Amino acid sequence: MVTQAFAQEAVTPTEENLDNAIDATHTAPAPGATGHDDPTAGTHATTEAHGDAGHSDVFPPFDPATFPSQLLWLALSFAALYLLMSKVALPRMGSILDDRKARIDADIAAAEASQQKTDAAIAAYEAALAEAKNNARAIATAASDASKAELDGKRKAVEADLAAKVSAAEARIATTKTAAMTHVDEIAAETAQTVVTQLVGDIPGDSVRAAVAKASKE
Amino acid sequence: MEAEAAKFIGAGIATLGMAGAALGVSNIFSNFLSGALRNPSAAPSQTGNLIFGMAMTEALGIFSFLVALILLFVA
Amino acid sequence: MAGTDPIHQFVIQDIFPIHLGGDGAADHGMNFSFTNSSLFMVLTVAAITTFVVAASAKKSLVPSRFQLAGELLYEFVANMLRSSAGKEGMKFFPFVFSLFTFVLFANLFGMIPYFFTVTSHIIVTIALAVLVMAVVIGYGFFRHGFKFLKLFVPAGVPAYVLPIVVPIEIISFLSRPISLSVRLFGNILAGHITLKVFAGFVVSLGTLGALGWLGALLPLLMTVALTALEFLVAAVQAYVFAVLTSMYLNDAVHPSH
Repeated sequence: MVTQAFAQEAVTPTEENLDNAIDATHTAPAPGATGHDDPTAGTHATTEAHGDAGHSDVFPPFDPATFPSQLLWLALSFAALYLLMSKVALPRMGSILDDRKARIDADIAAAEASQQKTDAAIAAYEAALAEAKNNARAIATAASDASKAELDGKRKAVEADLAAKVSAAEARIATTKTAAMTHVDEIAAETAQTVVTQLVGDIPGDSVRAAVAKASKE
Repeated sequence: MEAEAAKFIGAGIATLGMAGAALGVSNIFSNFLSGALRNPSAAPSQTGNLIFGMAMTEALGIFSFLVALILLFVA
Repeated sequence: MAGTDPIHQFVIQDIFPIHLGGDGAADHGMNFSFTNSSLFMVLTVAAITTFVVAASAKKSLVPSRFQLAGELLYEFVANMLRSSAGKEGMKFFPFVFSLFTFVLFANLFGMIPYFFTVTSHIIVTIALAVLVMAVVIGYGFFRHGFKFLKLFVPAGVPAYVLPIVVPIEIISFLSRPISLSVRLFGNILAGHITLKVFAGFVVSLGTLGALGWLGALLPLLMTVALTALEFLVAAVQAYVFAVLTSMYLNDAVHPSH
């Protein structure tokens, strides 16, 4: 295992460097842990102050000596995580969500049922209302029809009465007119006789009448 | 030339690959922005794809960084 | 200068030595010691388990904030897996959830000063990636038999192109565990080294007196900004790892493209 502090640059003995040395002792150096004897080690490895021979210049993520440990513990922890998740945690979480979904679905179904009930009640009410309206209209129509018929009957009687009176009056007017017309001839004849008598002396009434009749005919 | 010097030169050249990733990431964001300004209502639903594409593209730049690391520390 | 050495943070130290094989000496045989890396693996597992179990402890219908956090994590992973691998892929949910939370918590633990970052060692990420590919290949052959090999023969490709396409598909399949592991490892390693380098500038400049203190402000600000970026990277890389795992599992579940 790489237990050494990794240092990339050569350092001069400073305070930090002393700290570094203390760090290195904390981490319990294991000499020659990696055995990676790189000929170019001098360029990246610190050559002083650490004092241990096995200073590793392997980039830690690429150090194969750490692989078995990481693989083992990754396998253990990930297997534990998978088991915990698949057997304990996720079913619980899933059941919560399923319960909520079931509850919401049930509530929505109940809401829809009451909605349908409401719709049915509204439909029944509207049907009753329409029926009542129809009834009212029928009654109103019947009443207006009856009154109209009565009115018509009265009006016809009055009209017949009036027509009879008018025709009687017209007949009377006609007789009066014809009577008047005959009187007109006599008056005209008398007037003409008088005028003629005054002008030419006595003339027989018959010839005057004939002349008036002839004149009135023209 | 010393092998050590060649390593450092190689690592430096490897970092140039990040330029490609930079172009790719900028391309993603510029196209996302121009698309989002044309149709802002559709933009929020595509943020996941944006981040995803950014991560995929950025990873390629990271690969060149990794090559540099390998040259410096492993090879 | 161990104080500013950016590599020092990755050094693995024995806590409880276990050496098998060889003569029992520290430098012989296989080293299975309980190290700081092992300690943080165990801590990661303990933290995840505590979090999820505690979040689901009350089973309340109307969740508390803590329970809601656990539920969000659960739903997040479940949606991710369902969208890429379908309903059939949900049997791998505990596996993907374990991977995602393990990587996420290990990355986030690494952001705490003096804590060891488990995922900054390539052997860990390679082991996880190889595990994913082993599950994909194992389940693919178990479920589909030799039809699983259709994975390498894309549908609708003319026969005369196949001699070129099939090797490419095989190479791309084989490179998956490498890219999967190196992506996570490289991101975490690069981020931590960059963070340490900038933090080292602060220390180096700080020793130069008053002017150095002023100059140290710049790398200090940079360190703060990088810390935020690294938190983002920690979460994003865990997400990417889990999404890619889901996509690869989708290949095992539905091998014909």
